[in-house]
Amino acid sequence: MSTTPAARPSATPGNTLPREHYLNATYGIRSWLLTTDHKRIALLYLVSVTFFFFIGGAFATMIRIHLLTPNGYLVTAETYNKLFTMHGVAMIFFFLIPSIPAVLGNFLIPLMIGAKDLAFPKINLLSWYIYLVGGSFVLYSFSTGGLDTGWTFYTPLSSVYSNSAVTPAVIGVFINGFSSILTGLNFIVTIHTMRAPGMTWFRLPLFVWAHYATSIIFILGTPVIAITLLLAGLERMLHLGFFNPALGGDPILFQHLFWFYSHPAVYIMILPAMGVISEIIPTFARKPIFGYTFIAGSSIAIAVIGFFVWAHHMFLTGESAYAALTFSLLSYLVAIPSAVKVFNWTSTLYKGSISWDTPMLYALGFIGLFLVGGLTGLFLACLGLDIHIHDTYFVVAHFHYIMVGGAVMGYVGGLHFWWPKITGRLYPEFLARIAAVTLFIGFNLTFFPQFILGYLGMPRRYHSYPPEFQVFNVMSTAGASILALGYLLPMVYLIWSMRYGTVAGRNPWPATGLEWQTDSPPLTENFDVTPEVTWEAYDFINRPDLGLDVQGAPSLAPAHGDD
Amino acid sequence: MHRTGELFGQFETMEQQRESASLGMWVFLSTEVLFFGGMFMTYTLNRSTYPDVFGEASRSISLTLGAVNTIVLIASSLTMAMSVWASQVGKKQLLTIFLILTLILGSVFLGIKGVEYHEKFVEHHVPGLNFSFEPGASVATNAHAQLFFSLYFAMTGLHALHMIVGAGLLIWLIGQSLKGRFTPEYSTPVDLIGLYWHFVDIVWIFLFPLLYLIDRH
Amino acid sequence: MSEHHIVSPKIYIAIFVALMVCTLLTVYAATVDLNQYFSGLNIIVALAIATLKASLVVLFFMHGKYSPKRTQLVIVCSVFWLAIMLFMTMSDYITRLWS
Repeated sequence: MSTTPAARPSATPGNTLPREHYLNATYGIRSWLLTTDHKRIALLYLVSVTFFFFIGGAFATMIRIHLLTPNGYLVTAETYNKLFTMHGVAMIFFFLIPSIPAVLGNFLIPLMIGAKDLAFPKINLLSWYIYLVGGSFVLYSFSTGGLDTGWTFYTPLSSVYSNSAVTPAVIGVFINGFSSILTGLNFIVTIHTMRAPGMTWFRLPLFVWAHYATSIIFILGTPVIAITLLLAGLERMLHLGFFNPALGGDPILFQHLFWFYSHPAVYIMILPAMGVISEIIPTFARKPIFGYTFIAGSSIAIAVIGFFVWAHHMFLTGESAYAALTFSLLSYLVAIPSAVKVFNWTSTLYKGSISWDTPMLYALGFIGLFLVGGLTGLFLACLGLDIHIHDTYFVVAHFHYIMVGGAVMGYVGGLHFWWPKITGRLYPEFLARIAAVTLFIGFNLTFFPQFILGYLGMPRRYHSYPPEFQVFNVMSTAGASILALGYLLPMVYLIWSMRYGTVAGRNPWPATGLEWQTDSPPLTENFDVTPEVTWEAYDFINRPDLGLDVQGAPSLAPAHGDD
Repeated sequence: MHRTGELFGQFETMEQQRESASLGMWVFLSTEVLFFGGMFMTYTLNRSTYPDVFGEASRSISLTLGAVNTIVLIASSLTMAMSVWASQVGKKQLLTIFLILTLILGSVFLGIKGVEYHEKFVEHHVPGLNFSFEPGASVATNAHAQLFFSLYFAMTGLHALHMIVGAGLLIWLIGQSLKGRFTPEYSTPVDLIGLYWHFVDIVWIFLFPLLYLIDRH
Repeated sequence: MSEHHIVSPKIYIAIFVALMVCTLLTVYAATVDLNQYFSGLNIIVALAIATLKASLVVLFFMHGKYSPKRTQLVIVCSVFWLAIMLFMTMSDYITRLWS
């Protein structure tokens, strides 16, 4: 038996926005460019990461158009190398890694823990400026000869032989690393020291746990890629020999150092999205999340174990068989905490009171697509199989399922879920559902054929392919155009809603987090009185303030406190 | 701009502010461990691949200057720790004196480093600047020795850069200390910059044996 | 620091003396061929002494001994993560010769 969904108490037309909130507290460009308000900084990031999403998307468009025909008449091979490289660099370093943490994390973490701001607001602003400086170097590289080394910058191509603008790109990514590091530092300290009274570790929203785990990776992983790129850059500029075999150096060392960060980096990209899903699912199943402690623990487990698996990117480089075996085994191990999450989300849905709002559509899409992406990762972790599918489109499909089907859907779903809190207004639900479905269909049409292409042997990073692969490439490009529509639609109606959307009120869904107790949009200092937390996370039963009709609802599981 | 010693708006209590600042500095230092760590990794692999040339190259840098620098830097850690103590017990003049001593010792370290670098420059041991390990060295030996010196300059150079930043911080700290800004209730900048300074000392504690003491027998 | 624990100058000076002794010891040990007894003994001794020195600095000069548990966790984690990078990377190179 499921409860009837209650009417949303505060989302009735005729409500007005709060008189004073963080958006209108101060005016003028300086009040934005010199702000230390975590909410405004989050919006600054929103604009910047969207910009880089367009840049990365433009390169993706050119790639897919070029691949419509087997002999690729759009660009030369050299230019094609630049297209996929710049697509990767823009998307990974300047969109995926910052997106959820810097936009949603920055906005929500202080609100979720009952604090007035992050621990170090000025460092938060500095993070954004560092991001811009790094981005500028990379854009300079893109526009003065481009970059053709692959986003992986393998040596000695990047450090010796490439004729593209490697040095500014490497400087840009190096600088951008510090933006990540400072964000991670801010989150860790904030979560440790600034929780409101009563907000114990195990009452924290799982979004916060996810960002804590992500911040561990920011702190311990990013410095390694920073120093690695610094050494590669020095090698290129001064003709040193760290990674150049002609001078006694070791290109495999570069790969070890590079992947030591870049593998955990993929967990930076997915953990925050998992945090978003953990917030959306209980809300739209109107049920406490199943297995809170396991989800929290699995986030930390993913962050830790994720540092032990990097050389699965190097199975075909000549690394030792024993190392390969170890890394393969550990890679299987790291899938377990992810599976735990999927089980728990699904169990939360079971006997829940499910509503099909847009954020829920994204969350459900995430679960399915992440499942496919994650399982195909296990295919790649299998040594024998990897010999055949390494560096093919199978890998490309695998990581796009996780990064786009997973992380981007988590990001877009999260934007929708918290849009009322950020702007005070609701987005148009019908259009939003259409966009979500469009995105899902477009995504699968783009990337599922790529699994088949990879299995059939089409290599990645090649500008041409045998004619028998054309039909799948055409399907993929067709899918990409639908996917693009799925991205453009939200951009249009979200911006529209900032002016014309229905006023949302404090808690339109309703959801149980502390952030939903504040005004929409919140005051600059978030809370007029420091809250005192006396309830468990996702406790839909003991919260009469949510206005939910949960009396006599035996199907609702008890709140977390009984785990 | 907040004056030192006031409660920042995002914090509820001075205690929370202090705890946050301290944790923040320790987390930052952990990033530095991994940052330098990447170079220690590069060093480890290259030394294990070319042990003999690395030993030879190590012998060509001055053990005396390296050892003296080690003593100087550890002494500066002592004076830095003493300045933290002085701030905790409210001895403002001693605080300033110890900070100045730390700065002097740090500058001595950098001066000696400059002398060492100059020596290497004169001997053509600077990669990228007419590098030549020794007359008659084979191409391979030259290349492998250049690897040692690339690491030598990269690692001690990054370390020296951190020392220079530390010196700048000390100058600021001395200025604040002369204005009497630090009391037993509030000495957070002294504590934090102290942590940073000790960390830079620890990096050198590892650099010294790894670069100077490879094969001295 | 939150612990307001004041370490006395006597301890600082004692630690300093210990650090000086260790420095002289490590220089001396480098001049003795320890590798004849056990391959790689020189580097093991050098690193052991350096680790001891670093530990003294962390525990006493940096007040690690008197710091809250979460600070100690940060210290342990950074060392552990560095160890992961060093050991697992070297495990590739070392085990290449096994087959």
